[in-house]
Amino acid sequence: MSGPLLEVRDLCVEFPTRHGTLRALDGVSFDIAPGEILGVVGESGAGKSLTGAAIIGLLEPPGRVCGGQILLEGRRIDDLPGEAMRRIRGKQIGAVFQDPLTALNPLYTIGRQLTETLRTHLPLGAAQARERAIDLLRQAGLPAPEARLAQYPHEFSGGQRQRVVIALALAAEPKLVIADEPTTALDVAVQAQIIRLLRGVTQAHGASVMLITHDMGVIAETCDRVAVMYAGRIVEIGPVREVIEHPAHPYTAGLMASVPSLDDAAGGRLAQIEGALPRLDEIPSGCAFHPRCPKASPRCSDERPELALVRRTRAACWWPIVEGPAS
Amino acid sequence: MTDHGVASFERPAMPEAVVEARGLGKTYVMHTPWTDRLLRRAGPGRIDAVQDVSFAIARGRTLALVGESGCGKSTLARLMVGLETPTAGSAWVDRQDVQATLAGPAEAARALRRRMQMIFQDPYASLNPRWHVGDIVAEPLLEQGLIPPAQAPARVAALLASVGLKGVDVRRFPHQFSGGQRQRISIARAIATSPEFLVCDEPTSALDVSVQAQVLNLLVDLQRERALACLFISHNLVVVRYVADDVGVMYLGRILELAPKAELFAAPRHPYTRMLLAAVPDLRSRVRERAPVLGEVPDPLAPPPGCAFHPRCPHANERCRVERPALLPSGAVQVACHAVEENRL
Repeated sequence: MSGPLLEVRDLCVEFPTRHGTLRALDGVSFDIAPGEILGVVGESGAGKSLTGAAIIGLLEPPGRVCGGQILLEGRRIDDLPGEAMRRIRGKQIGAVFQDPLTALNPLYTIGRQLTETLRTHLPLGAAQARERAIDLLRQAGLPAPEARLAQYPHEFSGGQRQRVVIALALAAEPKLVIADEPTTALDVAVQAQIIRLLRGVTQAHGASVMLITHDMGVIAETCDRVAVMYAGRIVEIGPVREVIEHPAHPYTAGLMASVPSLDDAAGGRLAQIEGALPRLDEIPSGCAFHPRCPKASPRCSDERPELALVRRTRAACWWPIVEGPAS
Repeated sequence: MTDHGVASFERPAMPEAVVEARGLGKTYVMHTPWTDRLLRRAGPGRIDAVQDVSFAIARGRTLALVGESGCGKSTLARLMVGLETPTAGSAWVDRQDVQATLAGPAEAARALRRRMQMIFQDPYASLNPRWHVGDIVAEPLLEQGLIPPAQAPARVAALLASVGLKGVDVRRFPHQFSGGQRQRISIARAIATSPEFLVCDEPTSALDVSVQAQVLNLLVDLQRERALACLFISHNLVVVRYVADDVGVMYLGRILELAPKAELFAAPRHPYTRMLLAAVPDLRSRVRERAPVLGEVPDPLAPPPGCAFHPRCPHANERCRVERPALLPSGAVQVACHAVEENRL
């Protein structure tokens, strides 16, 4: 296949409120290649989940897409009517959310939820769907899948539920899986299992993944490329190693430095970025990060920088970090 | 300390312990439906949330307890400040039995409450949404009768300044603050009465990393400045590394390993500690693939016999399946593991 699987061009999302319209996403552009895992990181409120929700057409009203295009395999999907979008969801784009308990219907058995999804999207008989459901659960690493089909979500542990949700997301062989904080509700030990599973299973199915998380550790070991979001915009995007080891945007650099690590000298202090993410109604002019930025100049508060190539990543910054840190 | 039969993990030069847990335990009795009681002769279910936990924290030191959800770490935190009643053993703060003192004369109970404070995980739930921030921070001061009401505004302003908030914030409500700022308010309230013992239950797990760094640095600064004895509860071993002097690893209600921080991170002994460390995602080392971790925490209603960790342990043998290992000292470290004891590891 040539060309990207998913293209997002200049996406804008806004929320009308009593106090005026708030721009939550402002000109977000990126693409995902077939089979690629793109990580999206940022602090709460940066717009990462909103980006995912806009792509699968699940923006909570009154939020609405107010500009830009979303293309799946070259076809626009942002302007599709509800019914057409519903068919794309599940069939072409699967979703894994943070809380596996709310993603599953507590009143239906796991088997019913899986076979229903399968038969909605694929031409399968009841027996075939059951076979395939068992197969999906086995791939998701659930022991004794036949027996578990008859069980309800509450009979599964948190990690097992997330395995079921991943099986469900992959049921109709989607080309893209949007995983929004899939490991945040889980213990560290189980997180490792789920990340491994998500990577393995999507690779086996040839699906691309958009992995939304605030956990840089998860991004580091899962993704091919990563986009860093701040105040509704992508401030840096590039190959994951490059962004982590030689960030070009001062915000990315600050974010990376504030991640606690096992490797640096014990008893040291954590590096911190002063201040906090701006509220949507108080997004600073120019570069939104300039009030917190150690490198800010007058230009940063006047003119908004666009993404531009800095070595091997693209950063939206007037004064990108060009030198790599002394390694 | 040793005369109470509590093994000491501190160096001899350490000042005396402010806080101690002595064989602390908490068992919850679960309700069994009457049909089960009748038909299956089922007795009430029991969950041993905390079992036989002993430790000591000296003035100016921080003990961190880590473990997965359901391991009893939060119950233990609540036992230490008297929010839960122990079913075995006792918690001591400065030679006073916490449970007995709080149940005793009101004056002594109030005096003890002043000396121990707690910071909770969820800064959205732990602050009264209908109160001004100024009132939230002033409440413990006035409740304790530490200052006359006229002096409260000045003290509150000083406390807010010490956690990095502004004087004008006293007239605002909690919902006007971000998660990190709310946690700062919780910290200001906790240090208002100048406690000697501070319990932090997952104080940063609801926060973003950049904000987490701010709050952790603030906590460490205040703890050092005020020489607090601190019990820090976390599920995150990496975070613990920045705040703790000693680290205890909990699993299904028991401490499996208790060690000075440097030892624990340089040479973890217990297979569970090793597993937790190996499962930590790390940005900077590209060589270390996260070790695959087997299984999940067992059902606390039916814990495995012997060592509770044996079903997930790669080093388990017959003895581990039958006999529960005791927490034994080896050097500065205490470990509960047959494999370590038998030098199989």
